[in-house]
Amino acid sequence: MSDERLEDILADHGLLPDATFSRRDFISALGGGIAVLILFPRSEAEAQRGGPQGPTEIGGWVHIDQAGQVTAFVGKVELGQNARTSLSMVVAEELRIEPSAVNLVMADTSITPYDAGTFGSRTTPGTVPPLRKAAAAARELLLDLAAQQLAVDRTTLTVADHKVTHADGRSLTFGELTKGQKLVQAIPDQVPETPPAEWRVVGHPTPKVDAVTVVTGQKRFASDQKRPGMLHGKVLRPTAYRATLKSLDTAAAEAMPGVTVVHDGDFVGVVAPTEVAAAKALDAIQAEWNAQTLVKPEELYEHLKSTAQQTDRGGNTVGSMVDGLAAAEVKLERSYTVSYLAHAAIEPRSATAEWENGNLTAWTATQSPFGVRSGLSRQFGLPETQVRVIAPDTGNGYGGKTPGQAASEAARLAKVVGRPVRVAWTREEEMTWPHFRPAGVIDVTSGALRNGKLVAWEYHNYNSGPAALGTPYAVPNQLVQHHPCDSPLAQGAYRGLAAPANIWARETHMDEMAHELGLDPLAFRLANLTDDRLRTVLQTATARFGWGQALATGGRGFGLGCGIDKGGYTATCAEVLVDQTTRQVRVVRILTAFECGAIINPLQLENQIIGAATMALGPALFEALEFDEQRLLNTSYSAYRLPRFSDLPQIEAVMVDRRDLPSAGGGETPFAGVAPAIGNAIFNATGVRLRALPLVPNGMPAA
Amino acid sequence: MVELRVNGAAHALDVEADRTLLSVLRDELDLTGTKYGCGEGQCGACTVLVGGKPVRSCMTPVGSVAGKPITTIEGLAKDGALHPLQQAFIDLDAMQCGYCTPGMILAGAALLAANRDPTDEQIAEALEGHVCRCGTYQRIRAAVHRAAEVMKGGPR
Repeated sequence: MSDERLEDILADHGLLPDATFSRRDFISALGGGIAVLILFPRSEAEAQRGGPQGPTEIGGWVHIDQAGQVTAFVGKVELGQNARTSLSMVVAEELRIEPSAVNLVMADTSITPYDAGTFGSRTTPGTVPPLRKAAAAARELLLDLAAQQLAVDRTTLTVADHKVTHADGRSLTFGELTKGQKLVQAIPDQVPETPPAEWRVVGHPTPKVDAVTVVTGQKRFASDQKRPGMLHGKVLRPTAYRATLKSLDTAAAEAMPGVTVVHDGDFVGVVAPTEVAAAKALDAIQAEWNAQTLVKPEELYEHLKSTAQQTDRGGNTVGSMVDGLAAAEVKLERSYTVSYLAHAAIEPRSATAEWENGNLTAWTATQSPFGVRSGLSRQFGLPETQVRVIAPDTGNGYGGKTPGQAASEAARLAKVVGRPVRVAWTREEEMTWPHFRPAGVIDVTSGALRNGKLVAWEYHNYNSGPAALGTPYAVPNQLVQHHPCDSPLAQGAYRGLAAPANIWARETHMDEMAHELGLDPLAFRLANLTDDRLRTVLQTATARFGWGQALATGGRGFGLGCGIDKGGYTATCAEVLVDQTTRQVRVVRILTAFECGAIINPLQLENQIIGAATMALGPALFEALEFDEQRLLNTSYSAYRLPRFSDLPQIEAVMVDRRDLPSAGGGETPFAGVAPAIGNAIFNATGVRLRALPLVPNGMPAA
Repeated sequence: MVELRVNGAAHALDVEADRTLLSVLRDELDLTGTKYGCGEGQCGACTVLVGGKPVRSCMTPVGSVAGKPITTIEGLAKDGALHPLQQAFIDLDAMQCGYCTPGMILAGAALLAANRDPTDEQIAEALEGHVCRCGTYQRIRAAVHRAAEVMKGGPR
C-alpha cells in the first residue's frame, strides 16, 4: 500500500493541475479521508479512450471523507440507461452500504477520470470492474485501519452499516476510521471482491437511486442548469441542409433592447436577456442562404452503392464462395434497405457556458464530456486544463448526443457578451442539425443444402456500418464486407450502431431461406447455430413464447429474430395481427430473451429490454427521416412518428442470468431482434416479404 | 403584470401576457420540473394542471391562466406526502431517464381524479399525447393501476 499525500498522487495522474478547480478547492472539498484510485489495465484503458494517447489510466476512484460519506467518481454520463444506480450498487456491495448512500459524481472533466464517452454498452464491462475493485480496496483499507486502532486481528472484523465491528462488539464508524487520514491507495492487483454467491445488492432488483427527485421534479437535467447573470442565446440556422450564408441583415435585431448579435462567417447568433427575446431577435434577422442540391430520396440507395468503397474493416472471408455456391442445392439472393433515423431524444440538447478569468466551464447534455472538452479547447485555442465540461444527467442520448454543438455555440456567445449564456435547442433544431442513424443497403447471397445446412454466405453492407456484421451461424464459406459510402445526410452513432440493421437483414434472410427449404424458422436456425449462449436465448425465448403452438390464421402471424452484439445475446419472438381490410399491422405481443452475463440490476435490465422493444417498434414499423434534395421534412414530433401508448403490444422480458460470466451492457443489443421478428411475423401472417425498414409506414403495401 | 397562483403561492410577475406558461414557470419561478420537449403540444413533457385539468404549458399564454390554480410537479405532493402515483412510479421503477415523468404523473393524477379505476384503454387514451422515448409505457400504465388500487383503499 502506498501512503502518499492525496494531492500528489492525484496530480501525478493528471487530475489536479486544472485551473478551473484549484488544488486547494479540491482538497478542501474532499476534506481528507481515504481515497482509492483504480488504474486500468492498458488494454481496457485504450478501449475506453479509443486510442493510446489518452491522458490518464485512472478508471474511476472512490473516496471516503472524514464524515464517512462514500463518494465515487466516474467519467460516465447518465442518459436513462441507469448507470447512476448500477454503479452505485457495485460500490455499495463492496462497502456493505445501501446504493442510495453512495454519492456518485459523474461526467465532470475536472474531477472525474478521463472517459472516451458513454456509448457502445461500455459502462458495464469497462467501468464496473475497476469501480468494484476500488470499492473493495477501500473496504480492505478500512479493515486495516480498524485492526490498527482496535489492536485486533483483521479477520475478527466485519463491515456493515457504515462501520467496522469487532467480534466483541466494539465498532468504529467509517468517519471515525477516516478522520485525520489523508490516505491514497493506487489499487493493488489482488483485492478480494465479493463473490456472486454473497451479493446482497448486486443482482437484486434496485429502484433508481434518485427516483424521489424525478417524481417530485427536483432532478436537474442538463437543460435545467442556471448560472447567476445568465443570458439566453440562439443560433440562426440555414434554411437548407449544408447551405452557406449569402446575405445578412441584422440591423433590426441589433436595435432590440439588450440584444447582442454575433456574426462570424456562417455563424450568426443572438444573445438576449430571455429565451423569448432571443427568439424574437432571431426572427428579426434577414438572411439568404446558398442551398446545395443533395441526393433525391428515391435515388438514395443507388447513390450509396455507387459511391461504395472497398474495406476490410469488420469483414470476414472464410472458405470460398465459389465452392459454397457450387455445392448449394438452394440459392437465394436478396437486397434489404434501412432508412435514416433521428434519435429524437426527449430532451433537446443544450449548454450553459461561463467564462471566468479566461477559463471556460460548460454544462451540457453530451455523451462525451471529454470529447467536448477537446473540441472547446481547439475552438478557443485553450489548453484542456482551462476548459471544464460537466455533463448533467440528460433525457436520452442513443448515440445522438456525442458531439458538442450546443456547448460550442454557448461558449462562443458567452465569450462575446462576457456573461454566462445558455443555448437550448428547439425540437426542430434537435431533429435537424445533429447526425442521424445511417441509411443503408444490405445485399445477401446464400446457399444451403436441402437438409437445412448453410454452405455459402455472402454479405455486403453499404453504408449502415460494421457492428454485428458477421453471421453468428456456422457457415463454411463466407464473404462478409462493410462498404463505407457517401452519405448525403450527416450520420453517426445510434442505439446499437449498425447492429439493428445487420441483425434485421440477416435474420430476415434466414427466414427467407427457411421458407425456401420448407423448414421451420427456429429449426433452421438451430441446425446452423453452434454458439451455446445464442442457442440458449433462442430456445428460452421460443419456449416461453410458445413457438409453434399457434397457427398463422386470420391475419395472425409469428416471427423471430436473434443475434449477438456487444457481449449480449438476444432473441425476440413477435406476434402480429394484419387487418386484411384496412391493411394495418398491429404488433400484439413481443417477447425478448436476453443474456449479458451476470445481471447487476434485474429491475433496470428488464426496463432496458422492454424499453428497447418499445423504441424498436418505431424503426421496425413506421419511423423514418424524410428529406428532399435540400432539406429534412419531418423535424417535429407531430411529423416524425414515434411509438406511443396506442402502439403498445404486450411485451415480456426474459432475463438469462449467468453469474459465472462477466457482466456486459444491456442497453443496446435487446433492440436488435425486434424488427426481424416483426417482419418475419408479417410474412408468416400474409405471405408478403417486406425488405425495407420501416416495414409498413403506410400499412401493408397494396397487393 | 401577470398574477399567477402556482402550487398554492401567489406571484405577481412582470412578464408579457403572451409568453408561454412553460417559459415563465421555468425561467421566472425556477420550477424546472416542467420540461420542454417539442414546443407543439405533442409530447406532454410540459404538462401542468390548471384547475386540476392537464394543460400543455408550452402552448399556453401565461396571461390566459392568470389567477387560476396551477399545479406543477413540484406541488403535487401534499404536506410532504407523495401523491400515490408518485409513490407508484418509484415502487414500480416506472422511469428510465425521467424527463417525461413529471408530465406523465400530472396527467395520470388528473385521470385518477376523474376516474378511480381506469382501464388499460382509458390510460392509453389519457396518456397518448405523452412521449416516453425510453419506452417505459408498460410500467407507467402499471403504475397508474397501482395508484388506483392504493387510492381505492382510502387515504394513506
